[in-house]
Amino acid sequence: MTMSLSAKDKATVKAFWAKISSSGEAIGADALSRMLVVYPQTKTYFSHWKDMSPGSAPVKKHGATVMGGVAEAVAKIDDLTAGLLSLSELHAFTLRVDPANFKILSHNILVVLAIMFPTDFTPEVHVAMDKFLAAVARALSEKYR
Amino acid sequence: MVKWTEEERRIIRGVWEKVDIDEIGEELWARALIVYPWIDRYFGSFGDIFTTTAILKNPKLAALGKVVLSALDTAVKNMDNVKAMYAPLSRQHYEKIKVDPDNFRLLAECITITIACKLRAELNPQVQATWQKFLSAVVEAMNSQYK
Repeated sequence: MTMSLSAKDKATVKAFWAKISSSGEAIGADALSRMLVVYPQTKTYFSHWKDMSPGSAPVKKHGATVMGGVAEAVAKIDDLTAGLLSLSELHAFTLRVDPANFKILSHNILVVLAIMFPTDFTPEVHVAMDKFLAAVARALSEKYR
Repeated sequence: MVKWTEEERRIIRGVWEKVDIDEIGEELWARALIVYPWIDRYFGSFGDIFTTTAILKNPKLAALGKVVLSALDTAVKNMDNVKAMYAPLSRQHYEKIKVDPDNFRLLAECITITIACKLRAELNPQVQATWQKFLSAVVEAMNSQYK
């Protein structure tokens, strides 16, 4: 499914991001916590952590890292492939995360956005964010093969 | 057959009793059609569903939302028997309505997100996991007669 972001999608994402970015770390921590609990197969990537439980120190730290990446993606929304090149190389050659997991994490980010911002997370914002996260996942998968 | 612990049953019923079928039913298909617009292929007889405004006030969509949630209510009340209970529904969706079963998964995601807006922090990771297990069982039951 290669659906590109329209001008409207980009505007919606940027406007919503402006509202929520100060909660970035909390969003990341919660999304990651949920992913690890609801989709336990994702824990296979984190066996080097002492503690994978919701809200643990490694989960919080990594959640912040991930949302930092999302923030970068918002800033580079007009050319995600070029903008996320080094992140793509990181995921392809070092982390080697199966790309199916990008979808899983994206779903959990959307669940957290719905929980934290129920009135702002309208269906239109939902679809723009869903498309955006899918575009980010595609950019991250660029270098895989 | 899916096995449920007492704790899981308690959690699923706990989530479900907070769902107002009328309220959530009205929003459900609107969200699905806005987020996954290609599903409008199944809604030829529903009138105007081509703009966000029209979708949000279409009475047929609201009515269908309640139908779907009533069916989900049956699943909550018959957790040990979902596959058998849903066999006729599955067959109907396959043979008559001819729905691509991937749509059951998409609708389930919309259900979770709509419920997340309502329940908020009450839908903690453990509750989300149990609810996801339940919806996966429902989706599997809806897939069961596609053969």
